[in-house]
Amino acid sequence: MKPVRKSLLAVLSFALIFVLAFTACSNQDEAVDQQPAENETDQQEQPVADDSENKGSYLERAYAGEFQGTKVSVFGPFADADEVKFEQSIKPFEEKTGIDIQYESSKEFEATISIRVEGGNAPDIADFPQPGLLESFVKTGKVIDVRTFLDEDYLKEQYNQSWLDMATMEGPDGDVMAGVWSRSNLKSLVWYPKNEFEAAGYEVPETWDELLALSEQIAADGDTPWAIGIESGAATGWVATDWVEDIMLRTTSPENYDKWVKGELPFTSDIVKNAVQEMSKIWLNDDYVYGGRKAIVTTPFGDAPAPMFDVPPKAWLHRQGNFITSFFPSGLTPGEDYDWFYFPPIDEQYGKPVLVGGDIMAMFNDRPEVRAVMEFFTTGESLKTWIQSGGTIAPMNDADLDWYSNESDRRMAQLLQEATTIRFDGSDQMPGSVGAGTFWKGMTDYVSGTVDLDEAMEEIQAGFNQ
Amino acid sequence: MPEKERKRSSWIVNIVLAVICLVWLIPTLGLFISSFRPATEILQTGWWTVFPHRTWETVEQIQLPKDLDLRKPVEVNGRTYTNEELRAGIEIEDGRRLIWENPRERLLNVQERGWGMNTSFTLENYKSVLTGKEYEIAQPDGGVRLEKGSNLSRSFWNTLAVSIPGTVIPILIASFAAYAFAWMPFPGRKLIFVTMIALLVVPLQVALIPVLKDYTALGLNGSLLGIWLAHTAFGLPLITYFMYNYISQLPGEIFESAYLDGASNFTIFTRLVLPLSVPALASIGIFQFLWVWNDYLVALVFIGSQPDVQVLSMRIADLVGSRGSDWHLLTAAAFISMFMPLMVFFFLQKYFVRGLLGGSIKG
Amino acid sequence: MNKLAFRGFSIRLVFLSILVPTANLVLHGLIFLFFKHIDLHPLLAAALAVLWGVVGIYFVYLSLNWVVEQYPQHLRQKMLPFVFVGPAVLILGWLLVFPTLRTLYLSFLDAQSVNFVGLSNYVAVFTDRLLVTALRNNLLWVVFGATSCVALGLLIAILADRSSYERLAKTIIFMPMAISFVAAGVIWKFIYYYQPGDEQVGLLNAIVVALGGEPQAWTSLLQPWNNLFLIVILIWMQTGFAMVIFSAAIKGVPGELLEAARVDGAGEIRIFFQIIIPYIKGTILAVTTTIVVFTLKIFDVVMVMTGGQYDTEVVATQFYRQFFMYRNFGYGSTLAIVLLIAVIPIIIFNLRQFRRQGGV
Repeated sequence: MKPVRKSLLAVLSFALIFVLAFTACSNQDEAVDQQPAENETDQQEQPVADDSENKGSYLERAYAGEFQGTKVSVFGPFADADEVKFEQSIKPFEEKTGIDIQYESSKEFEATISIRVEGGNAPDIADFPQPGLLESFVKTGKVIDVRTFLDEDYLKEQYNQSWLDMATMEGPDGDVMAGVWSRSNLKSLVWYPKNEFEAAGYEVPETWDELLALSEQIAADGDTPWAIGIESGAATGWVATDWVEDIMLRTTSPENYDKWVKGELPFTSDIVKNAVQEMSKIWLNDDYVYGGRKAIVTTPFGDAPAPMFDVPPKAWLHRQGNFITSFFPSGLTPGEDYDWFYFPPIDEQYGKPVLVGGDIMAMFNDRPEVRAVMEFFTTGESLKTWIQSGGTIAPMNDADLDWYSNESDRRMAQLLQEATTIRFDGSDQMPGSVGAGTFWKGMTDYVSGTVDLDEAMEEIQAGFNQ
Repeated sequence: MPEKERKRSSWIVNIVLAVICLVWLIPTLGLFISSFRPATEILQTGWWTVFPHRTWETVEQIQLPKDLDLRKPVEVNGRTYTNEELRAGIEIEDGRRLIWENPRERLLNVQERGWGMNTSFTLENYKSVLTGKEYEIAQPDGGVRLEKGSNLSRSFWNTLAVSIPGTVIPILIASFAAYAFAWMPFPGRKLIFVTMIALLVVPLQVALIPVLKDYTALGLNGSLLGIWLAHTAFGLPLITYFMYNYISQLPGEIFESAYLDGASNFTIFTRLVLPLSVPALASIGIFQFLWVWNDYLVALVFIGSQPDVQVLSMRIADLVGSRGSDWHLLTAAAFISMFMPLMVFFFLQKYFVRGLLGGSIKG
Repeated sequence: MNKLAFRGFSIRLVFLSILVPTANLVLHGLIFLFFKHIDLHPLLAAALAVLWGVVGIYFVYLSLNWVVEQYPQHLRQKMLPFVFVGPAVLILGWLLVFPTLRTLYLSFLDAQSVNFVGLSNYVAVFTDRLLVTALRNNLLWVVFGATSCVALGLLIAILADRSSYERLAKTIIFMPMAISFVAAGVIWKFIYYYQPGDEQVGLLNAIVVALGGEPQAWTSLLQPWNNLFLIVILIWMQTGFAMVIFSAAIKGVPGELLEAARVDGAGEIRIFFQIIIPYIKGTILAVTTTIVVFTLKIFDVVMVMTGGQYDTEVVATQFYRQFFMYRNFGYGSTLAIVLLIAVIPIIIFNLRQFRRQGGV
């Protein structure tokens, strides 16, 4: 017993010395640390006290080097190649301003952002591909209104009104401009293997009937026209929801579409059922889809277009947003090996609608340097190198058409301008329990034959009541 | 007579066990072989094609007239076939078969059965995983620039710093508690024990938000201490339950005599109980280590995914591609991440030896 | 004099009882700050962190025990158990019990956790088709998954014990445990994958095609059998767990007992059922409990393979979706509580065992 006690005392006294030594050390550390912290609080008070007029906007102040050495954390769902492209596009900004933008990504973005915000550890800025999800944070007052530091006239100059409307959401104390749009993508596109397509003597369809006729023609030639895959892990089914939305825009009025998104026009109505049935003409016809229903539900959406590039092509048509090109096999030339045509209108009276998606940047922590970064994201400049390397379309008005490095991307930007109706991906705007829940699930169940159409629509609609 | 019977049963045992092991091995073998195959081939042919197998080989090609109507029966060498038959391949005389090479070109293959083996292997998958993936970034001038992702070494050290204490701390805490449950009467023992078993089933996800709140307030977020505590808490119910089961079955007489000799509970615990529990400690240690090593969610929430603090499982998840399925990289990454846990298993396996406890334990 | 000494003693005790825990707290707090502020080479940082973690926890117990040892015998007896269970109780209370109680509380509130809604979440949960499916699937997991894991684990452990290549066999069975769920997902895609066209890269479909059958989408369209195909993955991964534990337990069966039985002419099968099984029944209960609980909260396998689609949803995936992805806190919390209710029979069973072993 005795020796143990002795050695313990020794250890204890050693511990005390250790404590004293490190108190001194860490005090120094903290002293160093505190300086920027103090600056922060100073600056935080400033914007409230004096307006930014005399000093210019936050972005200008950032470029003047005022926020040198500060850090801004950005959290988003995109990783891999997109992450590299993002890092590239913010590099010049970081070098000029000395602000360190720390990007973190997670495959489990939807869940993680929820945990982090509720857990009080929100990132400064988060990139939401689904405004519907963002809305649930706005509702509880967690998101900072960008109009508190960005001029409304400036925003109107930068974005089409429809983008601004989509960013305006209902907060606990009135409407909130919940974020700024940083990227957009076009969804109403049908991809095809151009050279082979032309060699086979097929023609790009201009109407829905022509599209069905083309499908029939390809099937009659002994091939399968469509390549469709909806597998996407926990998000399986979103490809199907995109189809329904695109067809909704073509079979009913934009007003009805908006009502539908808000839950006022139920899924069980004939209008929505009609759209799903229209889609089923292609989807549920095993002669029209490569591998039939079985392949639709088991093929990862990224692998789905691959059969188009076999020689000879095993499938000829693939409806998907512009991002899909990054999943194409490498070594293909746009405009030769593949190209796209506009997903044709069904009913003429609804004109030429375009379905879009996009990423909105929302702000959770209000610091001057975060404001500067948010302002930076409203400029086309923040996307320049990304646009140049392909795979994204800028929603901002000041993005130069010349930046698009290929004809295909430029035609998309043009399509966006010519469209009679632009609507955002409906499932991304619906509440999470529908848009990222019952809608995905219901469509998957319908396509896989677990439930019939009526039952599927009822279950999807039930998501609004949760 | 019994001697002979034992021998025969051991012969049966060896065969039965071999069959089970083979079944168990097949999935991993598929992964292992796939990890050495080029990305393009993985989705084209099955991994078993690397072994010699019967296959069709093209011996001749027939060019049919380009304007041939495929909706009508096709005539080849005096016999007619439908387009469907030619698409699926149809056997003709002397074991040969006809199949389209390209129906649009009207090019037909004549194939013969033979032995084939798929021998294209590559180390590229491992290279991309170990040294970082390469990205092709198109440049405005039409060129392509290669951008390299980061390598694995940093995240490997991070994972070690998380998982070793993340294994040792809960095991020590749980063993102390299990000893108290088994051999030290105290008020509230039953209540705490019931709670502990109930906690086994609590999905750790329920803890994420409240714990993150506390961590943020205490500044524990993003620190090693924070994640050790989290892994300790999430592993404790199971480990305590297990250690209790083991320690409670140790013979009480040893402790009593040691106690009479004047040893304190602490001494009994460290000098007697822990050494006697080595097999249990080793096996539960492996499982806790595995769980922490492969964990993704807890690390993501409490450490985050910044490159300098990232753990291995996160790097691997990132490799998979933003929305897609880079199977070839995953196969290699899976093997690399398996390496460490297997080493731990080999290292600890020697502690599961017969007779360590002699006949001293009663059930 | 005696009284004085006692008072001096007790003052010293009180002083120590406060000082030692405080010193521990301060010491580890400071080491924590040290790590937070210093930028070391990752290798060195990892090594120091491991040292701190491992030595630190031992030192906490050592010092607390030392304080208790200073107390008179009768007090020491009463205090020591709390030193032993204290850290476990504190950590669990903070990081698990409190969050669970909070979840229980949230289950009586609405989606935004603002208004009290009574039992309506429970009503909603139990009338939802998805939950009925989820509960059915959980039952499948428990019945098929847990039973197979335990039975196979025991069988393999006993076979390996008698075979001539024990280590190799155990390593092979154990190996899948070392694989993360993401990787296991890939492995099994190579087995279950369905691909249109005649070339199959999934082993199962290749076998089916070779035998002249029609390739199937095993994990999606073959409802409700697809659940069984997912359960096979769990069996493949978790049998190693049961095997390792059983193996250790079997090695604890005294050799003399077995020899005596053999001398009496008992066959191996009789020995297995009449000696080994009764001898390790405590371990069997423990392993079964663990695996049943594990299958009750099964999450990763389902999430990785099907994301809960095609009627493979289980309670834990439902909970995750509702709570984190749809941010429906009330409904999600209720699902977690459903799991807690489901485990009650297991608790009762274990408690009986606890009592039999002399627990109060």
